[in-house]
Amino acid sequence: MSAPDPEFEKARKRRSYAIALGLVVFVVLVFVITIVRLGGNVQHF
Amino acid sequence: MTEAAVRTTAPARWQDYVQLLKPRVMSLVVFTGLTGLVCAGEPMHPLLAAVAVLCIAVGAGASGALNMWYDADIDARMKRTRARPVPSGKVQGADALAMGITLSLLSCMTMFIAIGWLAASLLAFTIFFYAVPYTMWLKRTTPQNIVIGGLAGALPPVIGWAAAAHAVPLNAWLLCLIIFMWTPPHFWALSLYTSADYGKAGIPMGPVVWGAKKTRLQILIYSLLLIPVCQVPVFSGLGGVIYAAVAAPGGLMFLLLAWRLFKSQAGEGGAVGETGLYEVKAGSTDARNLFAFSILYLFALFAALLVERLLNMPAGLSL
Repeated sequence: MSAPDPEFEKARKRRSYAIALGLVVFVVLVFVITIVRLGGNVQHF
Repeated sequence: MTEAAVRTTAPARWQDYVQLLKPRVMSLVVFTGLTGLVCAGEPMHPLLAAVAVLCIAVGAGASGALNMWYDADIDARMKRTRARPVPSGKVQGADALAMGITLSLLSCMTMFIAIGWLAASLLAFTIFFYAVPYTMWLKRTTPQNIVIGGLAGALPPVIGWAAAAHAVPLNAWLLCLIIFMWTPPHFWALSLYTSADYGKAGIPMGPVVWGAKKTRLQILIYSLLLIPVCQVPVFSGLGGVIYAAVAAPGGLMFLLLAWRLFKSQAGEGGAVGETGLYEVKAGSTDARNLFAFSILYLFALFAALLVERLLNMPAGLSL
């Protein structure tokens, strides 16, 4: 089996970082949405 | 679907992944979705409004990625689409599929968490309708593909409205109907000067199946139906003076261009098979003119509604 192309390896690593960053953004977004929606409902009590 | 792509020597760049999301289509979808959201006239937290528009954008991008994954074989046969990331080999088909499915799930889930089940269901249905009935079935089997499939492109303002109001009244469906009726003359005008491409790819667009003359007649008939529909918001309370000032003269211009196209020889003989959206031979300029004006007209109609709603919005009301 031939060694992986370093250019493709680098691109794969960049892609992995981008996916990780996307997941972090998604988690933060869900957290902020929860706070906003919770805030709105708490006011009704 | 056959895997048409081969891996190129260069690894994919981030721009290739952006291209998978069809950014030009996405921008129109975001604009019409935002218009629906604003026209609902319901108070909404700005962050939730932004999240709703983001979900519509990501959902549209996901549909684009799924479409490019499935259509890689026919995209490779058309000049207009062969440079797309999958047929050109820049992005693997499996990656496009994974991206499409992941973004579909994330956008619908987020819409559900942030807004509610109605907007999320409509978004899920829109993605499904574009990816499965339109892309996998209608596009390759019937010249009515863009008539029926046009529903997917027409739904974003309904999703936007549902996100703001948690309901979809008649005015929301009116926005949907405008885009639905606009789609056939828009795409058939394009297909008149790219029919050689569509024919080569085996896509049964109007000019390929019916011939140019019948397609020009169909464009005229749909234009005659579209323009009265575009005037209805003036009477339904959705549009006001600004909208009327755009819809009426713009509609007349649309009809004039459709009539000129009907009387022209566009799509006949050597006037087809061009590479760009706006580069055509002399015989097909009438088709190009209607195609270009149709984009401007739809944009102007929705911009008029947006401006009117924003001008009439009570002070202190967020969206």
